[in-house]
Amino acid sequence: MKSCLVVDDSKVIRKVARHILEGLDFTVSEAADGREALDACLASTPDVILLDWNMPVMSGMDFLRALRETPLGARPKVVFCTTENGVAHIRAAIEAGADEYVMKPFDRETLQSKLQIVGAA
Amino acid sequence: MTAVPSGDTPYATPITLTALASLLESRTGQRIAPNRAWRIDTALKPLAAENGLGSIDELVGHVRGGSNPALADRIVDALLNQETSFFRDAGAIEAAAEAIASIAPGTPRIWCAGCATGQEPLSLAIAFAERGGALADLIATDVSAAAIARARAGRFTQFEIQRGLPIRRMLRWFEQDGDDWVAQAELVRRIVWRRSNLVVDAAPGGRFDAVFCRNVLFYLAPEMRTRVLDLIAGSLRPGGLLMLGAGETVIGQSGRFVPSKRFRGLYELLPAR
Repeated sequence: MKSCLVVDDSKVIRKVARHILEGLDFTVSEAADGREALDACLASTPDVILLDWNMPVMSGMDFLRALRETPLGARPKVVFCTTENGVAHIRAAIEAGADEYVMKPFDRETLQSKLQIVGAA
Repeated sequence: MTAVPSGDTPYATPITLTALASLLESRTGQRIAPNRAWRIDTALKPLAAENGLGSIDELVGHVRGGSNPALADRIVDALLNQETSFFRDAGAIEAAAEAIASIAPGTPRIWCAGCATGQEPLSLAIAFAERGGALADLIATDVSAAAIARARAGRFTQFEIQRGLPIRRMLRWFEQDGDDWVAQAELVRRIVWRRSNLVVDAAPGGRFDAVFCRNVLFYLAPEMRTRVLDLIAGSLRPGGLLMLGAGETVIGQSGRFVPSKRFRGLYELLPAR
C-alpha cells in the first residue's frame, strides 16, 4: 500500500483528498502547512505528497525547496495541487522540483491519472 | 404549459426510452444497456430545456417521423458516450507508438476510429513528435460532428486537459487561453479530422499501418462489432496493427486478427486466405 501526505491548510480539501486517495488504496496522512509537512516527511517519508501552494507558516514552494535539500532529495514524488493555474506558476513549481501539477478544482479521475504519471498509483 | 417532472418522477416514459435507443442504434450501431438508461435523462435534459421543452417525451415528439433532422442529430450526439482522455491507459500509447514505428519506419499511416473529442490522436501526434523520428500521418474520425468540430479546434477545459496529460507535455504542446488550453496549431494540423460513421461509411482511403479503435466496440451489438472489425481489417496493410480498448477483444468477434506475440496489447492482421 502506497502512502500519501496531503498538505493543505483547508480541512475540507484535506478531507476530499483523503476520501479519493483512500478509495485508491493509499494510506493517507495530513499536514496543515509546510512546516508540519516537513516534520512529517522527516519522521516517516511518504511515497507521494499532494501539496497546496498558499499556506500559513511555510508555503508549498518553500516546503518543496526545503524538502529537496534534505537527505530525502527527490525521493517523495510531489504533486502540486493548487488554484494557482497560470503557466508561470506551473513552470516555477516544476523548476523547484515538483513532479506533477493538479489545477483545482479537480476530480477523482484527474488525481488518479496524475498519481499514475508519477508512478504512485 | 408543460409540466416539468419532479425529482422523483422518471423524466421519460419507457416508450420514449425505447424510441431513443432505437434512434441511436439505427444511426450509430450503438446500444444503450437497460442498466445505463439513466444516462438518457442526464444527457438529454439540457437539450430539452434549451429547446423550451419540459420533458424528454416532448423532445422525442419533435423528431418523430424525421420532422426535425437537425434536432435528431443533436439528440444522437448527446447520447453518444464521448468519454476519453489523453494518454488513456498509462503507457499504452507510447508502447503502441514504439510498435508502429518498428513496423513502419518511414511515415506510419494511422487511423483513429472513434476519436471522440480528439485526445487520443493528439496523444499519438505528441508521442510521435517526441520520438524525434518520422511524424505519423494521422486520420481521426468520429460519428459525432460536434465531437469532430471540438477536436479540430483543439480546445480543452481544465478538467479535460489534466486527465492523463503530464504537466510538462501540457506546457510543451498547449497554450493557455482564459480557462481553456489550446493545442498548438502544428499539432492539430498534423491530423486529418473527418466525420465518419463506422457502421455505414467506408474506411478512409489507402492502407494503414495501424488502427486505433478503442472503447467503441463495447457499445456495439455483436453483429456490428464483426462488421466494424471487417472494415478495419480491409483498411490495414498486411501485418498491420490494431489497438482496442482495455476491456475489448477480437476473440469471438473476428477471425481476421490475432493477439500480437511481438507487441503486447495489440492485435495483428492475419494474411488474407
